[in-house]
Amino acid sequence: MTLPEHIISLNTLRFAWHGHPQPLLDIDSFDVMRGERLFVRGASGSGKSTLLGLVAGVLTPLSGAIEVLDQRLSEMTAAERDHFRAHHFGIIFQQFNLIPYLSVIENVTLPCQFSDQRRRKSISRSGNPRDEALRLLEHLDMADSAVIHKPVTELSVGQQQRVAAARALIGSPEILIADEPTSSMDADRRAAFIELLFRECEETGSTLLFVSHDQGLREPFDRAIEFDRLNRAASGRPPNRKEFS
Amino acid sequence: MNIASLAIKSFRNRKLSVGLAIASITLSVALLLGVEILRSEAKSSFASTVSGTDLIVGARGGSVNLLLYSVFRIGNPTNNIEWHSYEEISALPGVKWSIPLSMGDTHAGFRVVGTDDNYFEHYRYARDRRLGLQQGAWFGDEDEIVLGAEVAASLGYRLSDKIIVAHGAGDESFIKHADEPFRVVGILAATGTPVDRTLYVSLAGFDHMHEAWQTAEDGHDHDPLAATASAEGHTDEEQHAEDEHLDEEYSISAFLLGLESRAVAIGLQRRINQFEHEPLSAILPGVTLLELWEIVGLVEHALRAISIFVVIVGLSSLLIILMTSINERRREMAILRALGARPGHVFALILGEAIAITLSGIGLGILLVCGIFMLGQGWIASRFGLFIELNLLTPNLVYGLLLITLIGCLIGLIPGIRMYRYSLVDGMTIRV
Repeated sequence: MTLPEHIISLNTLRFAWHGHPQPLLDIDSFDVMRGERLFVRGASGSGKSTLLGLVAGVLTPLSGAIEVLDQRLSEMTAAERDHFRAHHFGIIFQQFNLIPYLSVIENVTLPCQFSDQRRRKSISRSGNPRDEALRLLEHLDMADSAVIHKPVTELSVGQQQRVAAARALIGSPEILIADEPTSSMDADRRAAFIELLFRECEETGSTLLFVSHDQGLREPFDRAIEFDRLNRAASGRPPNRKEFS
Repeated sequence: MNIASLAIKSFRNRKLSVGLAIASITLSVALLLGVEILRSEAKSSFASTVSGTDLIVGARGGSVNLLLYSVFRIGNPTNNIEWHSYEEISALPGVKWSIPLSMGDTHAGFRVVGTDDNYFEHYRYARDRRLGLQQGAWFGDEDEIVLGAEVAASLGYRLSDKIIVAHGAGDESFIKHADEPFRVVGILAATGTPVDRTLYVSLAGFDHMHEAWQTAEDGHDHDPLAATASAEGHTDEEQHAEDEHLDEEYSISAFLLGLESRAVAIGLQRRINQFEHEPLSAILPGVTLLELWEIVGLVEHALRAISIFVVIVGLSSLLIILMTSINERRREMAILRALGARPGHVFALILGEAIAITLSGIGLGILLVCGIFMLGQGWIASRFGLFIELNLLTPNLVYGLLLITLIGCLIGLIPGIRMYRYSLVDGMTIRV
């Protein structure tokens, strides 16, 4: 099987919020290679999260094409995109990643409930989703039973983000999206967290799309992109304007 | 995806607010059901009190008052009817049977009615059910008394017990005559009507008791009224009464008529209302029951309105709790969306919660009402004479509960739709 060069490919993409005449995003072309670890830097509020929403199929563009894993998202129905996202994406947010009323293990295995594909992968790897969750948590130094049995709301921010990483990684999705995952951590923990992500991505062969405003994190990545250069709609606009709140 | 298990876990996480919402619906449903059951039971027990009687005749006065004292043992007759009027009307063509009623005395708070065999023979309640005896027989002699089921049960009387009757309709008898006791010869089977709370004696026994009372009064010579009464010629009463027994002209309070056919009732009613010897009123019990119910209906409507408002308050608190929760849960929904949940899932989670709260509220409300009525049945029966039959499947109640369920679902739509919109707009952005 020959691997396609691009895992994500955007073409002449335009996006505007409903009722806003000015497009927020206007991207001529944006490609992510399979297995690549890409760093996208941009100021907060510049539309990075919107770009991630488009790639993950939560938002739909005004015009232009989005191809992920050789499939055109724009040709899918909303339900198909939701399934597609469940199967192929692992997503880590800036904070508040966890469902407060679920246990650590339940949070980690949640994607297996939305995607049979990821469930099967986790079973083939560790026998069942629970053991796969434990294996991932162990890799992330979170397998301590005292930590695992805590209510997720009592975990530290760093611990919560590692649980979120385990959840994003379970069932080995092809693409890992991380939206400012380290912004609430101190510098030491940041580096350690990114290292963990790299290690896991390498192991599962996942592509990592990492978005941050912090240029200091760029160093270990294969490639870096300045978001404002990518987005033509950003030119002529004050850099830190909030586009939607 | 097992949305249901997520919903249940989310429920458990918000035990307090979900519990409060359920409690407020439970209480409001219980109140609505309780009021509705009491109302319909009161109404049907009212309506079932008299059956088969075509006309009720009493001294001229309000028709509702006549119905109340003759059938429900509430209030007092204004005037008596002369015996020959009774005999004359009973003999009119079209009259099938007649039941004379003498009232005005009580025993331990229960009314005593003087009547004759026709009462036992012809009186009907509920749907054409006749009176039955659980023990003994209907009275024959003037010193015999028959008890309603509740009288016997609450006072603990048995056959052959001696009973002393007091004059007046007050709760506590103020004059007793130890020398004129009645002997219990029969106890009626329970009917769920005022019959159960009545003691029955013969017309002769009833009059005899009065004469004895007047004698006693004469003896004590306390009351100027009693003196006037004795001036009317009851001086050699004892002997006199015994002699005149058979053709005695009793004075009665009212009488019930059964007719050959319903068709003659209106004509007969007019005829009685224009009776020449004394002013009389005849009423059609069904018509007067409706009149009575219109008066009571005001209270009924008020009660119903109150319980409906309580249900509205209960459902509003559901809305408030759901709307507050979606703000807390917006983040949770964005996470679920990122994991592949569809906006439809998000919508279903919120709507499902509203439906679950409404249904469990209704279920608990029904249980609460059943529990209360089962435990309180005895008390309600003895205190108010209402025999509650727990029938929750009346069309009114079923429609009411369905309506509450429907409104609960509609209320769930509001936060559900809002959350659906959020999930589209928020995308994967977590807003706090």
